[in-house]
Amino acid sequence: MQSPVGAAVSEPPATPGPVVALKGLTKRFPGVIANNNVSAQIFPGEVHVLLGENGAGKSTLVGMLSGLQQPDQGHIEIGGARVTVTSPRHALSLGIGTVFQHSMLVPSLSVVDNFTLGGTWWKRPDREGQAARIVETAARLGLRVDPFALVSTLSLGERQQVEILRALMRGSRCLILDEATAMLTPHEAVSLGELMRRLVAEGLAIIFITHKLNEALAYGDRISVLRLGKNAGEIGPQELRAQTDAGNTARIIALMFGAGSGSAAGEGAPRSGREPGPLVLEVAGLTAGAGRIPLQNATFSVHRGEILGLAGIDGNGQKELAEALSGQVPSAGSVRLNGREIGGMTVGGRRAAGLRYVTDDRLGEGTVGAFPVAVNFLLKEIGSTPFWQKGLEKPQAIRAQAEEHVKNFDIRTPGVQTPVGKLSGGNIQKVLLARELTGSAEAVIFAKPTYGLDVQNIRATRDRIREAAEAGKAVLLISTDLDELLELADRIAVIDRGRIRGIVDNDARARDAIGRLMSAGEEP
Amino acid sequence: MSDVSLPVAGGKSGGKPGRDWLWMLALLIGPLLAALALGGLILLAMGVNPLSYYAFVVERSILRPSGLEATLTRMGPLLLIAASLIVAFRAGIWNLGGDGQFLLAAVMVAAMTPLMHEAGMPVWLVLVTGLLTGAVIGAAWSVLPALLKAFQGINEIITTLMMSFLGVSFANVLVKLAFLDPATTTPQTRTLPVEARLPRLFDTTVSSGLLIGLVVVVLVHLMMTRTAFGMRLRVVGANPRAAVHAGLSVPKLTIAVFAISAALAGLSGAVDILGTQGNVRADWNPAYSLTVVPLVFLARLNGFGSIAYVFLFSALTIGGESAARRLGVPSFFSLVIVALLLITLGLAEYADKRRRARARQ
Ligand SMILES: Nc1ncnc2c1ncn2[C@@H]1O[C@H](COP(=O)(O)OP(=O)(O)OP(=O)(O)O)[C@@H](O)[C@H]1O
Ligand SMILES: [Mg+2]
Repeated sequence: MQSPVGAAVSEPPATPGPVVALKGLTKRFPGVIANNNVSAQIFPGEVHVLLGENGAGKSTLVGMLSGLQQPDQGHIEIGGARVTVTSPRHALSLGIGTVFQHSMLVPSLSVVDNFTLGGTWWKRPDREGQAARIVETAARLGLRVDPFALVSTLSLGERQQVEILRALMRGSRCLILDEATAMLTPHEAVSLGELMRRLVAEGLAIIFITHKLNEALAYGDRISVLRLGKNAGEIGPQELRAQTDAGNTARIIALMFGAGSGSAAGEGAPRSGREPGPLVLEVAGLTAGAGRIPLQNATFSVHRGEILGLAGIDGNGQKELAEALSGQVPSAGSVRLNGREIGGMTVGGRRAAGLRYVTDDRLGEGTVGAFPVAVNFLLKEIGSTPFWQKGLEKPQAIRAQAEEHVKNFDIRTPGVQTPVGKLSGGNIQKVLLARELTGSAEAVIFAKPTYGLDVQNIRATRDRIREAAEAGKAVLLISTDLDELLELADRIAVIDRGRIRGIVDNDARARDAIGRLMSAGEEP
Repeated sequence: MSDVSLPVAGGKSGGKPGRDWLWMLALLIGPLLAALALGGLILLAMGVNPLSYYAFVVERSILRPSGLEATLTRMGPLLLIAASLIVAFRAGIWNLGGDGQFLLAAVMVAAMTPLMHEAGMPVWLVLVTGLLTGAVIGAAWSVLPALLKAFQGINEIITTLMMSFLGVSFANVLVKLAFLDPATTTPQTRTLPVEARLPRLFDTTVSSGLLIGLVVVVLVHLMMTRTAFGMRLRVVGANPRAAVHAGLSVPKLTIAVFAISAALAGLSGAVDILGTQGNVRADWNPAYSLTVVPLVFLARLNGFGSIAYVFLFSALTIGGESAARRLGVPSFFSLVIVALLLITLGLAEYADKRRRARARQ
């Protein structure tokens, strides 16, 4: 059943009709209509881009197509025949492969074991053969995957690559990528884009969800926009080609956010060189061996009011650095906050000292999915007044603060008692930001803070990061998006295979300098 | 063991409210009736008239005052076990060693308290010391699994079960070798005189152990749902990685959970001895802990739900024990009913899910 890519798509369908048609799909959840009478047609040989702001209903729509959820109204046609997709497994057998927004791999298993999981249960899985096929396919697609690595040791970006590979190797006719590029570096995203173009050239249909409009325009043949759960509009191939990129972008923004919001994606002014304040965060010789990429001898410092960017390809020790700083893994070396050594403290102690960490693993460690939004705001402050008094919960206070956060951070949720795991990806991120940016802090570590956010929320989040720095915090901004770093950071450090290769000032020559540091790191 | 949601939060499915209400009722009562009916079939196959069996059980355990009193008295230790399991399971820790913790505590209490009483200590002091001793012994028997889990991450299912086997055997050895009552020929400990046991409630024979059990279960329920400590435990249970990220000390909390859970199991042993048994006979092991596990799951780890299920189970066993003598049905038939109930409740939940799914179409 695991035919190599292309086997199932080698002969394009005789009829030029859509592979998949969504007809008037409606999906309700308690308190929200996630999809309201949504229709779309997916054609072979096309990359169909699905756009919409956070919570617009994109994941829900593809969730119904991939069998995760059942529509309340409407139906799905595959190859012209009406079907009820009962499970992701059933969807696969219908030729629909999905890479979900949140990782669906089993973290405690190796990559190859995750691939053989779907195999016949009474047969002994052929691990070697499968591993060889993984390596071969990965090489063809320009990806680097170690089939015997444990999934839990992979970074989020690497996990997503593995999932793309898995969906492709199961012979899909229609491939769904829900924010698959969100975790990739610009370079990797470009190669994924090229890969998508190659696959559609072979007759595959791709549904591609993204928040990056440039990707949508570069790789998409057809663009559908969802707004508040409804079809807001569709731009077909001819129209798309007839317009300039700028014209298309303006039209898409208007569809996504309603008329009169054309300037949503306006660039913020780059930060000008200001006088650095006193040292806040000093890191010297920080070494941590627990992760897959050992962190070696990291030394840097961040001043008051400064944003230090950390550039690098995902999975080169960024996660290890952040966890060593926050105290989640044992480490050697010195970490000083305002001159005070905090390297020996616990996670809670460092937080109390004023260090905050906004993790990028939102569902894995950032939140407890089954707990209400209101409780997740307080996850790091359980027992603090006024939310608990003498150890007893004060529901009114908890509720009031939650409603405040929901309003200030524009979190789209049916209510503050909704389990946080039911929110859309972007809204879960806003819950995290609300939690970490409230109250007093001396230094904040942001790990990929804008991944998965729509353009307006990216704007708002970057503004908040800038505000945090202006309010006198020392900010360490970890990002794989170089443009984000160039926009926000005062100085940029480059990390590669667990080592900090250099730190450059963010001036006109920064982009080249970073490129040189990254490629210098490639040499043995 | 991540998400303990209460199913009774329904009412969101379609249909008229009146019918929904009836459906909820059917969901609660239906499985019980179905389990009794299936049990009836088994009884028929054994050549016993199910109607007379059930009538007999109800008469002996609930309708007859002495039966009801026995049922209520039996609830005391069972409720403490339920509290012990709720703390552990809500925190994601599988303390399955309750039986060893219970029995060792019971033996130590049975060995100590008669001697203290003979030595002329006031009854209240004997009782308080007995209860505390039970809790401490129970907690002590969980130290090893707790440390192994907290610092080495060793699976507590295996370690607690192993400690439980050891504890039960060790308790037996103690009864036969160390704490033997020289005054009797049967191997058992000395007996705590009736006047030195836990006081009875009002004019009945119901032991105040029931009161201890009720208070503790309600307190544990409130602790888990309303306090900061309970919230920390639930975070560890629902997502240990989030607990680490949030700066909770997972090893310390793990040890605290083991201590509380095992202390409550030990307390249960003390209450059973001080309230009902008075002594421990060799080879006595009621295995309350493993029998209460399904009950607390049927109650969704909810304290109040557990009280209802424990009452039901207590009545079934008390009535079942009389029926065993009169009708020849083995006394563990009550366990068969619990097992059937687990199955029928599972089916009811499945039916409810299907109905909700259909209501949305
Ligand atoms: N299982 C669920 N239960 C309840 N509500 C849900 C569930 N899944 C999604 N929702 C709600 O449906 C709406 C649409 O969510 P969806 O995940 O489809 O958004 P999205 O367009 O993918 O957003 P994002 O870009 O942030 O990922 C949101 O308001 C979300 O809270
Ligand atoms: Mg989504």
